Amino acid sequence: MADLGRAALIVTFGLAVYSLVAGGIAARRNERRLAASARNALYCSFASTLVGAAVLATALVRHDFSFKYVAAHTNRHLPVAYTLSAFWGGQEGSLLLWLLVLTGYGALAVAINRRLLRDLTAWVVPVIGGIATFFSFVLVAVASPFDTQTAPFDGAGLTPSLQNPYMVAHPPMLYLGYVGLSVPFAFAAGALLSGRTDERWIVATRRWTLAAWMFLGFGQLLGAHWAYVEVGWGGYYAWDPVENAALMPWLAATAFLHSVMVQERKGMLKVWNMVLVALAFELSVFGTFLTRSGVVNSIHSFAKSSIGPWFLAFVVISSVFSLALIMWRLPLLKAKTKLESAISREAAFLYNNLLLVALCLTILWGVLFPIVTQLVKGETRTIGRPYYDFFLRTFGLPLLLLMGIGPLVAWRKTSLRGLMRTLSWPMAAAAVAGIVLVAIGAGSSSPGLIAYTFSTFVLATIVVELVRGTRATGSLFTLVARNRRRYGGYLVHAAVVLLAIGIAGSSAYSSSVERRLALGQSMTVAGYTLTNRGVTVDPKANVTETRAHLAVAGRWNGTISSGDNQYVNPPEPSREVGIKTDWLRGQDLYVIVDEAHPKTGLVFVQVLVKPLINLIWVAGIVFLFGSLIALWPDAREQRRLVARLAPAAP
Amino acid sequence: MIIVGVLLAAAAVVLVALPFLREPVAADDRLDAPTEADQRRFMLVEERDRALAALKELEFDHRTGKVDDADYRELLGPLRQAAAVALRALDSPQE
Repeated sequence: MADLGRAALIVTFGLAVYSLVAGGIAARRNERRLAASARNALYCSFASTLVGAAVLATALVRHDFSFKYVAAHTNRHLPVAYTLSAFWGGQEGSLLLWLLVLTGYGALAVAINRRLLRDLTAWVVPVIGGIATFFSFVLVAVASPFDTQTAPFDGAGLTPSLQNPYMVAHPPMLYLGYVGLSVPFAFAAGALLSGRTDERWIVATRRWTLAAWMFLGFGQLLGAHWAYVEVGWGGYYAWDPVENAALMPWLAATAFLHSVMVQERKGMLKVWNMVLVALAFELSVFGTFLTRSGVVNSIHSFAKSSIGPWFLAFVVISSVFSLALIMWRLPLLKAKTKLESAISREAAFLYNNLLLVALCLTILWGVLFPIVTQLVKGETRTIGRPYYDFFLRTFGLPLLLLMGIGPLVAWRKTSLRGLMRTLSWPMAAAAVAGIVLVAIGAGSSSPGLIAYTFSTFVLATIVVELVRGTRATGSLFTLVARNRRRYGGYLVHAAVVLLAIGIAGSSAYSSSVERRLALGQSMTVAGYTLTNRGVTVDPKANVTETRAHLAVAGRWNGTISSGDNQYVNPPEPSREVGIKTDWLRGQDLYVIVDEAHPKTGLVFVQVLVKPLINLIWVAGIVFLFGSLIALWPDAREQRRLVARLAPAAP
Repeated sequence: MIIVGVLLAAAAVVLVALPFLREPVAADDRLDAPTEADQRRFMLVEERDRALAALKELEFDHRTGKVDDADYRELLGPLRQAAAVALRALDSPQE
């Protein structure tokens, strides 16, 4: 069966090279049949990659340990869901998933647009073919998931921390996001190569960008929740290089989703949009490089190997290619109009873009700094949390404020007088919120107080927008249905506000106490009293579970258990935290037991109370809902677009 | 299994060669790229749609109170003019 997998990947590689070379020649020489042939090669590359993926999935389900990959990442004790999730638990499998999603996305995007945008898709095929060539080459020559061996009786098993329901969904979500950014990149490159730099590539990729951005954003929140419940340090985001690797392309894509509206409305920022699309794509490949190369120390770098130099070479070559293309087509990207006023919607988008890109680049510098110091000084120096927190506050708080001001500013220009009148209600709401927060003692943290006040301001602007819009159209449903992108976007803004409230609450106002507790001893934290009721040890087939049991009294009465699991295969420990959620307050009682002695009953325990942390997870659901509203196809808009693009279509 | 692999490769070759198998000799093998006239028309449609959308947006912003009467009057004229220019250009015979 491994032969079939290998053959499938070799076929994919051949097809990808063909779609790159033949597609490039066809587009350059304007040859119809060769272009159709290259397009068919792209479709077939998806089918052959699917065969390869099916072979690996079958080997995983059958526990076929003659596959080195299956033996390295699973064992016979692993439940089916985690056995299948091992597909992306290792390096070779995750690269295969990258290629599968890339060829699938690419084939679908080309198939959908091939009639309406024939001149553009002729150039998109070789670009996607080029990216697929790289990934299929790595899978064929450097990191094959189909290497075989004499089958051992059992496999090494999956790292315990990956045996979590969130890990079944989090990596594929991220890959759908990372790879999804290839589509707008390929269309942007196609537009530059063909010299057709009008809006058509934006129209063709609008939903692809939005979908990729949604998957990347939601995938990160799933990852954050996994870190919170599984890694067991009480946090959800540690500014780890691999976490940052997913955040950076998301920030670049967020900037693009905003700035592209300026190009659509005013024909401005064409160069900037090209740069952002290229940046988002390069950062997505760079993220895969960081995760898979082992070049940086990260708890998320589950696989380390020699693919690093290949990825680095690809990032460098594709970056140079993108920049050269943009420079070459600069004369075609000149804007016809200028910014009319510093107080206008387009100006607000520009400020938002500058802040988002500044945040993205400061994070990039934080990620690159250890690598740079290693190269220059021969010693690795890392950048810690205070650096990232400082820049998050510096750029994040003004971004939050802009999120409220932007929607209330009109396109082209707004007078200061008009703006102040429009902002009066939200400003009053924010002022009241600030006074109330200070009165109830929330003034102990200035960033927290500012975040809450700005959050109130943004929520008030959304309400004002919805109320005024509903009055103007007569119905909320009609209002949203007429402009799903805008009102879906407002819901996403509301999700960001919830996220900001959750982050501020759980970091600025959290309580943490560490104690060594003998049997029967108690400790009190933020209204909860915890009493040590003893330690149990429960040996099972592949794991021994040690748990300390703590009776809780106060805001909640019951028992909470925390400890660790010691797995036999793989012989690794896993920390198991105890979490009790108070949904009314949105807060968690979070218990970490570092040491638990079964004989004496002595435990070393850390108890955290994290106010409003659950708003972060609620934000994820609101974010998903808002994104889906913005994504939802609009038949009326589609008809308008077809009519608009038809004159340019053959 | 290797036979399945060979069949897979053969099927891929046939599909890739299909455009040439269907039309061994093509009367016109040029890719149907938009002509200069198509391209010009598309740009004009883009400008017309942009101008009309801006007008619609201004109306909505005025109705919702985002744009006051003074700003509305100031912005309306140039936008109407831009829309009229775009519409006239689209109606005029192409060169």
